[in-house]
Amino acid sequence: MSVLQEISSNVKNMKTLEYSLLARWTKQIKEDLRQGVKKPFKEVIDVSWGDPHRGGVKPLTFVRQVLAACLYPQLMNGEKLPVDVRQRAQKLLDGCAGWSVGSYSATGGLPEIVQRVSEFISRRDGGVPSNPENIFLCCGSQWALTRILNVLVNAEAPYPTGVLTPAPCYSTTTLSIEGLGGVVVPYYLSEERGWELQVEELHRALESCKGACHPIALYVINPGNPAGQVQSRKSMQEVIRFASEKRLFLLADEVYQGCIYGEKEFVSYKRVLSEMGPPLSDTVELASFHSASKGFMGECGLRGGYVELVNLDPAVKKHIYTLFCADSSPPVLGQIALDLMTNPPQPGDPSYLLYYQKACEVINSLQGFSCQAVEGGAFAFPRIHLPAKLVSLSGVLASPGSDYGQEEGTFHIRFCILLPHDVLGELLRRLSDFHTQFMKDFS
Amino acid sequence: MTTSLDYVNPRVRAIRVSTQSFLQNLAHQITQDMTQGGQKPLKGVIDLSSGDPHRAGMKPVSFVRQVLAVCLYPHLLQDKIFPLDVKLRAQRLLQICEGQSLGSYTASSGLHHIRQTIADFITKRDAGISANPRNVFISAGAQRALMVVVKLLSNGEGQTQTGILAPQPCPHTLPPLLDEAGVLAVPYRLMEERGWALDLNQLRQALDSSRGGCNPRAIYISNPGNPTGHVQDRKSIQEVIQLATAEKLLLLVDEVYQDSVYGQNTEFLSYKKVLFEMGQEFSETVELVSFHSLSCASVAECGLRAGYMEAVNIDPDVMKVFDTMLCTDISAPTTGQLALDLMLNPPGPGDPSYDTHTQELLLTRTVLTRNAQRALEVLNDLPGFSCQPAMGGIYLYPSVKLPAGIREQAEMLGLGADVFYCQKLLEEERLLLGAGQYSGEVGSHHFRLCVLVPTNVLEDALHRLSAFHLHLMGHHTVAGRNVKAKAGCSSQSGLTCVQPTTV
Repeated sequence: MSVLQEISSNVKNMKTLEYSLLARWTKQIKEDLRQGVKKPFKEVIDVSWGDPHRGGVKPLTFVRQVLAACLYPQLMNGEKLPVDVRQRAQKLLDGCAGWSVGSYSATGGLPEIVQRVSEFISRRDGGVPSNPENIFLCCGSQWALTRILNVLVNAEAPYPTGVLTPAPCYSTTTLSIEGLGGVVVPYYLSEERGWELQVEELHRALESCKGACHPIALYVINPGNPAGQVQSRKSMQEVIRFASEKRLFLLADEVYQGCIYGEKEFVSYKRVLSEMGPPLSDTVELASFHSASKGFMGECGLRGGYVELVNLDPAVKKHIYTLFCADSSPPVLGQIALDLMTNPPQPGDPSYLLYYQKACEVINSLQGFSCQAVEGGAFAFPRIHLPAKLVSLSGVLASPGSDYGQEEGTFHIRFCILLPHDVLGELLRRLSDFHTQFMKDFS
Repeated sequence: MTTSLDYVNPRVRAIRVSTQSFLQNLAHQITQDMTQGGQKPLKGVIDLSSGDPHRAGMKPVSFVRQVLAVCLYPHLLQDKIFPLDVKLRAQRLLQICEGQSLGSYTASSGLHHIRQTIADFITKRDAGISANPRNVFISAGAQRALMVVVKLLSNGEGQTQTGILAPQPCPHTLPPLLDEAGVLAVPYRLMEERGWALDLNQLRQALDSSRGGCNPRAIYISNPGNPTGHVQDRKSIQEVIQLATAEKLLLLVDEVYQDSVYGQNTEFLSYKKVLFEMGQEFSETVELVSFHSLSCASVAECGLRAGYMEAVNIDPDVMKVFDTMLCTDISAPTTGQLALDLMLNPPGPGDPSYDTHTQELLLTRTVLTRNAQRALEVLNDLPGFSCQPAMGGIYLYPSVKLPAGIREQAEMLGLGADVFYCQKLLEEERLLLGAGQYSGEVGSHHFRLCVLVPTNVLEDALHRLSAFHLHLMGHHTVAGRNVKAKAGCSSQSGLTCVQPTTV
């Protein structure tokens, strides 16, 4: 009998995603295509991930030049790289122990980068101060979220810990909560109202915890994943008041803050909280997450993210730090990506024009795209049927809505829209052909 | 506030605070104070406390850095400065990344191509005992992979709480990891007088005494030993495997320093190889997970964060759970994954980069061997110090008998004497060693020092340590052929072994 037969029960609770099955089929389809098997399509368009590069978006030159120079400083000899690239790489390497990105950094990240991230946050929030001591760089925002959840979720308590989570919701978050022995308490976003978060629904969700679990946190994601809604200031204030009244820790996943189109604008939870003044601004506990994976930079593979903690009890923060220490340090290249994201080239810098030209290309390819009026984020989440048929008949791999806790009786897919213009065009054509044919066959 | 200390997950609260992070924070503070005003200090902090060779000035391996640079900025494919094999490898690696970019996500357990490279490396290392990429899982550092397995094992409380036999001394990262997973560490002593060898009786004793207090389910081994530098021979490995079989224990084997064995007549044997050479009775039943990482001696790319585990005889359903758990981290950084490929599949004879690459690795090996020998001599010459020779790994782990006065001062401050010593050494000589945190003989304390550093850095460190220690022990004359007493050597705190300083 295997020693691992008695797997920890928490881990057993983690649901296998339907997506895994689709991914295996897709792998087979790709292999068939490689072997010359005839299909109605020449290649698979994989839009199941929030992964711009996978979809064909090119990396930003400035970012890649700086990273390459940091890895192999000999590239800085001579003038083959623009002067601002060389200066930035030099500055970054000066902050690395032994002048190498191969050294461990401090647990919370290289101090100079943390400082610059805090300045970025303050600028973004119209001057609301940000203290570097409250910022931790990490191996991706999801990594930090799991660690914060680990501090909050008590698997040994008589009642399981509940975390209010939106439905639909990004599947990795729900997996993390379950893996830690917590309970996902869904609050349904209102599809008819553009996937709006309604505070009455938050109340209902909280009520449902009675006798079942002890709710400790409220997780919000703004702009939304998978649905792409952007919260209004008013809605955010309601959420903050709710969190305060019900004594919930607010987890604000804001990784798509760089992906806003249309008329809405992004405002951070921290800024809204600060503007609401005391006592709320001094007491509501908030962790907000950001990452280099999204936006027009899209450097998902580098694993660079951060969390900023607001109003935390210093003793609690110390425990969070201890937990972060266990993984020694975040990847240095990911930290550098964060630094470049929060401090891009400025007007007058040699790399400035190229940087913004590339960034605009990505945003412009999204003009005119609408589903349930996608306002932000990197995805669309329309209702559609049978993702499995979609991949085998049309060569489009999208994520099934069931993995996001969609409402019972509804069917959706999630697909990434941060794509080059021509790929997006092809994707939409295939989706629309598939849907038309499907409705014909089954009506 | 919502989350007062009461609400914090009790398991997180129970994680022991690492003295390593306490000392490193102090080192960081000292460095910051010194560099205020923009002046580079004459005597910077030397940190030998953790296995971070680049920190002290060891150079990265050129082939690794060149390929990664080209992968990150493929425009460099047109640059004449890179040899052809670098470009070809970069092109091949870019092909395996989605969208031909390192910026894409990969599967949670790593890119398939890299898992294949790792499997091929293992097969070659173990003289043909084949490895399957399906059994290889890449993570953001070997510790992360270890945590996945330990969390799976974690179950029960009180008498049924999972226990894992852990060596004493062990890697300093292990106790907090076990605390976080809610698993009890069941210590088994290594035999200092025999070069920190594993002793079967100690293992058995630990196992027997643990029953009734917990449910022991695994043995953790570090080979080559971290921090001891001991390298197990075949007989020792076989004994452990036999015990694991008889007692139905999972073997967790940290083999991160497998590439740095330098002792005379010593070779690294992987647990897997020994297992398979013991015959079917063992090779088809013993459950084993072994770990390796970029944070090893040859490439020492700690900051890139990638490692892997190989699972042997583990139920495929359980391995699916490994993958699900790794999902919550998304994946190891792609750059780290590619670096694993470059580490485990280096340039071959005839490739343009081969000579340079070989020379660089040889130089690292030479520096390590020479430094270990030199440090051993100096340490054993210092009064009260005694150090077992290491056969591999990147640390030395000396013990020192500290006078009662020092121990009392430490106790007054609520610190272990080893931590107190390290703190004082850091404050006075800007040298950071790792506190050994090992309770051996009364009055004797251990330290950990990384010897894979540039030779001049080691000499400087040994000089500072000697000056500090001699002063501490009240000696001011030259002692032994290897030690020079610094002229006018004085300690800022005025610490002597006769009169305790007021603190």
